Amino acid sequence: MPMPKLLKRPSAPAPSEPAPMHPIEAATEAGLTVVDWIDERTQLSQGLRWMMFRKVPKGINWAYTLGSATMFAFLNQAVTGVFLAMYYRPDVNGGAYESIRNINDNVFLGQFVHGMHKWGASVMIVLIFLHMGRVFFFGAYKYPRELTWIIGVVLLILTLAMGFTGYLLPFDQRSYWATIVGVNINNTAPFLGPYIGDFLRGGPEFGATTLSRFYAIHMMLIPGLMAALIGFHLYLVMKLGISAPPWLKAREPEPVIETVEV
Amino acid sequence: MPADRHKQSSKYTADRGMPGAFAGETVTRRRFMSGVAQGAGGIAAASFALPALGFALGPVFKRQQLDWQIIGTTNDFVETSYVTKVITIVQGIGEAGKSIAYVRKRDPAIDTEPHDQWNNWIALSNRCMHLGCPVRYVEAAQRFICPCHGGIYNFRGEVAGGPPVRPLDRFYTYEPPEGHPGHGYVYLGPRYSVNSELQRFSPRDPGEPLDGIGQYLYPSRFDTAVRPTLNNLPLPPTVPGTGS
Repeated sequence: MPMPKLLKRPSAPAPSEPAPMHPIEAATEAGLTVVDWIDERTQLSQGLRWMMFRKVPKGINWAYTLGSATMFAFLNQAVTGVFLAMYYRPDVNGGAYESIRNINDNVFLGQFVHGMHKWGASVMIVLIFLHMGRVFFFGAYKYPRELTWIIGVVLLILTLAMGFTGYLLPFDQRSYWATIVGVNINNTAPFLGPYIGDFLRGGPEFGATTLSRFYAIHMMLIPGLMAALIGFHLYLVMKLGISAPPWLKAREPEPVIETVEV
Repeated sequence: MPADRHKQSSKYTADRGMPGAFAGETVTRRRFMSGVAQGAGGIAAASFALPALGFALGPVFKRQQLDWQIIGTTNDFVETSYVTKVITIVQGIGEAGKSIAYVRKRDPAIDTEPHDQWNNWIALSNRCMHLGCPVRYVEAAQRFICPCHGGIYNFRGEVAGGPPVRPLDRFYTYEPPEGHPGHGYVYLGPRYSVNSELQRFSPRDPGEPLDGIGQYLYPSRFDTAVRPTLNNLPLPPTVPGTGS
């Protein structure tokens, strides 16, 4: 595997004749120096090399990119979400709806970024299920990758929770009533249900703090958890390697112990 | 091998030949030190995690007293039809805290549940007992109909069809006795839930049946044993030009 130039160790500088450098060349050289300076102190390139230049089985195809696609959908949600938060106001007294209207009508590219976040959410759910289907039908969840699967399921649940909490934030009629219905579905769990509902609403009725509660869960609690779990999920993928597609026949293992003639 | 080592080791650090051991010392200083460090870290983490958790979970345990509110005069309501009244169920959040009560006068001919001072007026909540959508009263059919999943209730608020699990919730109503400045006004109090025989229960959320095992599967809130208190009845508005 050829190494990209940036990751290579710098060769020893030639002692003689400092030839006049082209500006682009000089810039490249400066960049290299910076990268080397950082790498000498952090040794990050080792981890990077371990992450990027792994062996992958024969016969992998585009279906194997669905996990990365899901991750990029998550990054899209994270980035657009952060910028939406700059204009959004979780004010239950009409301010939330007005701030969304402002984002859509007045802010430069506001409708576009809002749309990216809104439709990106659906795209992420679809990609998760496709990714999950790929892993399931390829049998990639089997030993030793069970924990990767379990973390993936937790990530799926957290993503659905993101969808549920995010749906309220525009605070129009649709999101209000959908949230009432959603919370009441949680209420129907025996024994614990009423307490779950009270926790979600922040009280017995949809009240003054329900919106800010959903907002905090939506933009801080769950994203933090998800980022950590995605990191762990990815680490396991790197550590355990990618499973071969099921149609690939395993080669006969070489006999290890030879018969010893007496 | 490890089993052997375990057998050899004594309870006392001095017996194990540890340099600088004290007589009778059982916990090594290294172990004591790491225990203290971990304990201190645990206490530090708990000191912010526990209050934060309690802060988030607090509303589950909070008592909430719903105030009485005036919804009209005694002449505003009749036995044969419902009047729609906008009520406030959560203070201070504007439109989002409003809800609707359908109110009529009690009709002894059809209202067979026991009569007391709290139900001279029948005030029904507009929240569907399936999943909490707003029902509307359809005069022509004398039915309450829910737009979300097709729940239907009859004139008394009992389930007539569809998925709802119990009759529409009700509110306590009250008219102060003669001599009280609020006499002649109808007051609307806390919400309560009813089972299919219209027996009163503390308020539950939609989707939680109260018949049979339901009342045990869905325990009431910690706050809901409250009887409506009449201590803080708001006074009716003074009409200009009527003296007082």
